[in-house]
Formats: sequence, C-alpha cells, structure tokens
Amino acid sequence: MRELKLYPTEPLKCWNKAKELRYKYYKDFVDAKDRGGLRWSGSAWAFHAIPCGLGTDVYSLTGEPYGATVTFFSDFSSRCLEEAETTGVARDLCAYLRNYWGGIILDKFILPDGTIMDEWPRADFLFTSHVCCSHAKWYQRAGELEGGVPSFAIDISVGPYPDREDREAALKYVTEQLLESIEWMEKVTGRDYDDTLLIEAITNECRSLTLWADICSYNQSIPVPMDEKTMFSLYVFTTLHPQRREVVDFYQELRDEIKDRVERGIAAAANERFRVATDSQPPWSALQIFRYMQKEYGVVSVGSWYTFGLAGAWGEEADGTFVPLKTPQEQGLTLKTREEALRAYADLKLRNWGWGTFQSLDRRLRMTDQLIKQWKVDAIVSHLNSGCEGSAMAQLEGRMALMKKGFPVVTFEGNMGDPRDFNLTRAISQIDSFMESLRLDRLPM
Amino acid sequence: MGLQFEEWVEKRHEYAREWKKRTGGKVVGYFCTYAPVEIFYAADILPVRIFGGHKPSSLVEPHIYNVMYCPYCRDCLAQGLEGKYDYLDGIMIAQCCIHIRQTFWSWEKHIPVDYSYYLYMPHGTQSKGRYEYLKGELDRFKKSLENWIGRTITQEDLDRGIDICNTNRQQMKQVYDFRKQDDPSITGLESLEMVLASQLIDKREHSAALQGLLKELPQRELDRETGARLMMIGSETDDRIFFKMVEENLTLPATIVAEEHCTGSRDFWNEVVPQEDRLMAIAARYLDRPSCPSKDWPVRRRFDHISDLVKDFRVEGALLMQQKFCDPHELDIPALEEFFKNELDIPTYFLEFDIIVPEGQFSTRVEAFLETMVDII
Repeated sequence: MRELKLYPTEPLKCWNKAKELRYKYYKDFVDAKDRGGLRWSGSAWAFHAIPCGLGTDVYSLTGEPYGATVTFFSDFSSRCLEEAETTGVARDLCAYLRNYWGGIILDKFILPDGTIMDEWPRADFLFTSHVCCSHAKWYQRAGELEGGVPSFAIDISVGPYPDREDREAALKYVTEQLLESIEWMEKVTGRDYDDTLLIEAITNECRSLTLWADICSYNQSIPVPMDEKTMFSLYVFTTLHPQRREVVDFYQELRDEIKDRVERGIAAAANERFRVATDSQPPWSALQIFRYMQKEYGVVSVGSWYTFGLAGAWGEEADGTFVPLKTPQEQGLTLKTREEALRAYADLKLRNWGWGTFQSLDRRLRMTDQLIKQWKVDAIVSHLNSGCEGSAMAQLEGRMALMKKGFPVVTFEGNMGDPRDFNLTRAISQIDSFMESLRLDRLPM
Repeated sequence: MGLQFEEWVEKRHEYAREWKKRTGGKVVGYFCTYAPVEIFYAADILPVRIFGGHKPSSLVEPHIYNVMYCPYCRDCLAQGLEGKYDYLDGIMIAQCCIHIRQTFWSWEKHIPVDYSYYLYMPHGTQSKGRYEYLKGELDRFKKSLENWIGRTITQEDLDRGIDICNTNRQQMKQVYDFRKQDDPSITGLESLEMVLASQLIDKREHSAALQGLLKELPQRELDRETGARLMMIGSETDDRIFFKMVEENLTLPATIVAEEHCTGSRDFWNEVVPQEDRLMAIAARYLDRPSCPSKDWPVRRRFDHISDLVKDFRVEGALLMQQKFCDPHELDIPALEEFFKNELDIPTYFLEFDIIVPEGQFSTRVEAFLETMVDII
C-alpha cells in the first residue's frame, strides 16, 4: 500500500472508437446475408483466421463475448437462461453457452446497444476449438438447434505448450486438423479457398494478439495507465475478430496511447494506492464492483491472466518474465504456403495462457506468482465463477498456495453470465471485510 | 458367484494391499477409463481405478470448488486425502473432463506418491491425425513407466497386456449376453459389481471368476420377477445402493438390463484389434471405443451405441443419470432425451446423483416412472 497521492487522469482517446468497432462487429454479422456474405460462429478461442480464406465477406460471431454482452442486459439474459432451462439445459453449465443457446431457442439476438432483434442470425457453419468440456459440444448442439448447421472443432488439448515434451508432435496434430478444417469449409460452403487471404488474416491475427500483450505490459507501471474494468472493453477484440486489419490498426493506436500515458504519468485512477489482480471472468452484470473498490478504497485492478492472456500472445524469458511474443515474421519465419502459415499460426496460438491453465495446475500457479511479481500486485481478488468450470479449475488451489505464502487473497462467489447467481451486496460486504483486514481504510469523500 | 465380485468391490483396498504383498508389484491408481490399462499389465503393474467412498468429507473443500465440480471428483480426492489409498505407488490420468483433471492435480500436489503421469489423451476422437498423435503419447507413457520400473516393456509384454485386457472384455461381453434373455440370469447390480471389480482387481483373477460364471449362467435362474427392462445411461456410477433399490426394493418389479456409462459397457465394449504396431493398436482401441460425451463430437457416435444397446437388450425405459455438475453429460442430456423420444420411442427419466444416493426420494421417483411405463390398473 502506498501513501495516498493524486495522479493525473485523462479519458482514453480511443474509447469511442472501441465502442464503434465492437458495434460494427455484431452488426456486420447480422447484416452479412444482405451482402451475400457468409456467417460462422464459434468460440472466442477459435482459429479466427481460417475462415477468412473463403472470402472478404465472411463474418463471425464468437460465443463467449456474445454471452457476456447478453449478460450485461440482465433482463434479456434472464429470458435467455430461463428459456434454455425449460428445454432441459442444466443451470450449472457454462453461462455463456446458456445465454447463447437460449437466444437460439427464443429466436432473439441482442446488439451491444441493447437492441433486441426478432430473429437469431443463423450461421452457415460453426467452427471452434476445444479444450474445456464445453466448446465442441456447445456448437454441436447449437448446430442442431439451428436446424442442422455443420460444425467443426479443432482439438487443442495437447498440454501446456510449449513446455510439454515433444511439442513437435502436438504442433503436427493441431496443424493437420487446421488443414483438414479448410477442406471441410470448402465442402460445406461450396466456396474456393484463397491462401493469400488466409496468410493475410494469420498475419493480422498474430499481430493483434502480440500487440494486446504489448499493451498489457504497460500496466506494470505505477500508476497503472489502464484499469481492468476498462480493459474488458478493449481486450475483447482479441476474441472477436483479431484477424481483421481494423483490429490491428486499433491496437496500434491504443498501444501508442497507453505508451504515451505511461510516459506522461497518466493514471487510470487518480487515487491508485493499492493494486489487485483478478483471476477469472468478472460477473458481467455487476462490473460496478471494480469502480466500488477504486472509489471507496483506491484499489485498482491492473489485470489478470484472463484479460492479459485469454487471447494475448505471450512469451517467457529464461527467468520467467512474461514478454509479448514475437509475430511469426518477427521470428524470421516466412509464411508463403498454406502449410507454413498454419504451422506458424498454431505455434503462436497454442501458447495461449488460458489453454495452458486448463491443462496444468502448475502452469496456473506459476503464472499467478509471476503476474504478482511483474505487475506489482498487492492482493488477488478471486471471483469464484460458477459460470465457467475451466476458469474455476485450480482457483482454490491457487488461493491456498497464496495464503500459505501470506499473500492476501479474497474470494467472492458469482457467475460471469448468470445475473441470478450474483449477490452484489454480499460481494461488496466481502470486499469491505477484506479491505478492513488489510487495514485499508475508506478514502475520505 | 455374484458374491465374489461384491466382495472384491467391498474390500478393494484390502485386495490391493494383499496383491502387493503377494506379488511384490506396484499398484497405480488411475482416474478415468481412457487410461490404457494394457500398458500397466505389460509392466506387471496393477492398475486400480480410483473411486469415491460415498461419504462427504470436509477435507476436500479447500481444494475443489464445491458448487460446480462434481461430487465424484470431490469424493475421489477426499478418499485420497483421508489416506484410503495409501498403498498406491503412483497415479495416472488419461486426459478427460476438467473435474477429474482437477482431482488428479490436487492429488499430485498434496498426496505423496512415487510416480505420477498425465497422458494427453486427445479430446478429438474423430480428429485427423488422432491415431498417430495418441500413439506418440502412449509411447511417451510407456517410456515413463520403463524409467520408473527400471526395465524395458517389450513387444511380448504388450501382447500379454493386450491379451489380459481383451480376454476380460470378451468375457464380460459374453456375460452381458445373458442380460438379453427374457428373464436375465444376472441382475443389473451383479453386472455393475462385475464391471467395477474388473477395474479394481487383477484382470487375470477376474477373468478366472468370469469363466466360472459363464459356465453357471446358462443354468442359473433367479428367484425374482424381471419386470420393466431398464437401462442406465450417464456419468460414472458405482452407486450399488441405487441398483439394489431399483431391483429389490420397489413395489413394481424392474431389472437394469444394460448400462451406458464408464462402469458399464463404455469401458469394455471394444477390444484392441491386433496390429503390427502394438501401441497403434492400443491407441485405436481407446479412440474408437464408445465415447464419453466429453469426446463425442462433432458427430454423435455415442447415440449409435446407445441405440444398439436399447435394441439388443430390449430396453423399455431409460434412467438418464448424471453426477451433479457433470458438464459433459449435462451437455448431452437435452439431445439424448430428444433422441429417446423421437428416434427410439422409449421413455426416459432424469436423476441427478450426489455423493450419497437419496434412497427414499429416488425410490419414489423411480417408482413413479415405472408406473408411467406399465398398465397397473
């Protein structure tokens, strides 16, 4: 904890651009058919660049960010969730998935501005990756609910890459599946595939993901230039359409702005005096807890493995320091053929932090320790998120490991995507008690 | 005969300790039936499946989130933390659902064992390159075991391991044939105990017992009414109390004639088909086996297996059960209910299992289901 001092703050200049970019993403998906384009849907962890070889008029809807968007509109979310439940969907399944399935069953779709559309925009095909228990099953069932939309999933359960033994075997297995997925897409869409477009999309996606890691690196500064609540609106492009040039351009602009903020000492929160990190998706319907911590206590969340690494591309130096990964081109690789491009792409994507934490407890514990050290974190605020079994994996083991070291950690129960499973009063009460235990008094009004 | 399987299940820890003493061999606990047990037998190691004790334990609470991880995974870890498996020399998992993975990692971290291994079993059992990839994983696993036991596992060893497991699978399938009879000469409870025992004791001893059973079954007549022919479908089930309740303690007669879960047909339905490359043959067996729902995509192959069982065993009603919070099964159940209704025209009833079976509640509910199936007035 530091002494209270006031830092200069400024609104983010590119904030409105982010909002426009996000709105356009969903609108493009909805309007794709009016332009004769293709729609595909799949996980935020899909290999986004692959469908791009089908043409420049191919638009995606990634399920988790869509589920989070739905949750922000609690009433609509409750309708979707309850509709899914009436058809036998279990209430403890992935909350994003339930919002998504519920939307299909209701035949309703919501845009980021809260506009509810009366028809679910049916995808032409479904394309995902699979590492938790839900992803491939999510789209298998979605395809059935949508009346027989074909689905394809890439199995990425090859262990915590690149640490695992014989990573070449893992890379070969994933690359082979990517090659197969292209043949499958040609078959189900009837379109020819253009490798030039693929390589361009891979180049963009790798650049977006490394740029996001670069942006997050600046959050090691004190004061933090970008708090986690703000990051939720910015990281999302790594999970929506990182393969698009407009996302690369946006992240370059954002990176320059964040760099400038650090150089000028511009803070996300004027009253920053205590830095926390979180360790799961937040309860999307109750993001005010972040503002509450900041306003009442000067506590700022600087990030998490989730915001930094759900899709951001990170490398690791010999001493364990996390650094933005180099793009394939920066690594000296040439992406001239489909095979070369897919191999380089898989090699970068497989380093995803989330994929690693779902497959290794040690990886997750080590990552938490490094985040604390590198981003100068004073405590962990752990959302026991009953909406995502993958994120919940090792959460309690992580808590126990930190507590054994005497490092402060607080848990609160909630659900990222089910507003009915979150008790704001109780969560705030737990946060208040935690602050009291840390002798962190409320700030004077 | 049934008593022998029952006793093995009841006294599984005593059996394993005695086996170690008798053979001087090592015992490894495994967490999911995707573990390639052939390789353990090739290494002269006894693989025992880790089960829960159906007893709530507070020991597990600091390790696994209790409102979203299944009771089975928590119960297994609780048994380990309570020291019930203190005879294990090692643990092993073939990658499957997240919940049991968490159990493996917590066990590895908090319960000392000499050996532990996480095999990256692919989830994509229909994906391109899966056979070659899994073969490589099996090869690494074999080498790891070789390092541990200090000797090479030869082709002859693998052949022996394959033969031990295949023989056992063939015999259990033959026993299952007797459940197709109008009046099955073996009950669902006895069958469950047979499969459970096969996962807990030396399969060679198990096969010897099966040989005796197979001689006895043609003449065996059970002093009970068969009643409704039921099938159990779903998550891991070792709840013998439930089977006993359905078959012995309800007003309306019923017999569980088939199961589709990993303590039933999913575990032993297919064999290792011989190939020059033994590890490739083992890989093919596990990739082509009746799938756990967590690995059953993009095509639903699991439903074909279920459909075959329904027809072959003349199933009249299906109990869809799942361990509470079991995501893979929860993900399949809406589609499965539709499948039974629309494709098979067979009634289903859903039950959610926890660490302890609520016998009173379940007996009322299953009996109500049976009433809907029969003309009782």
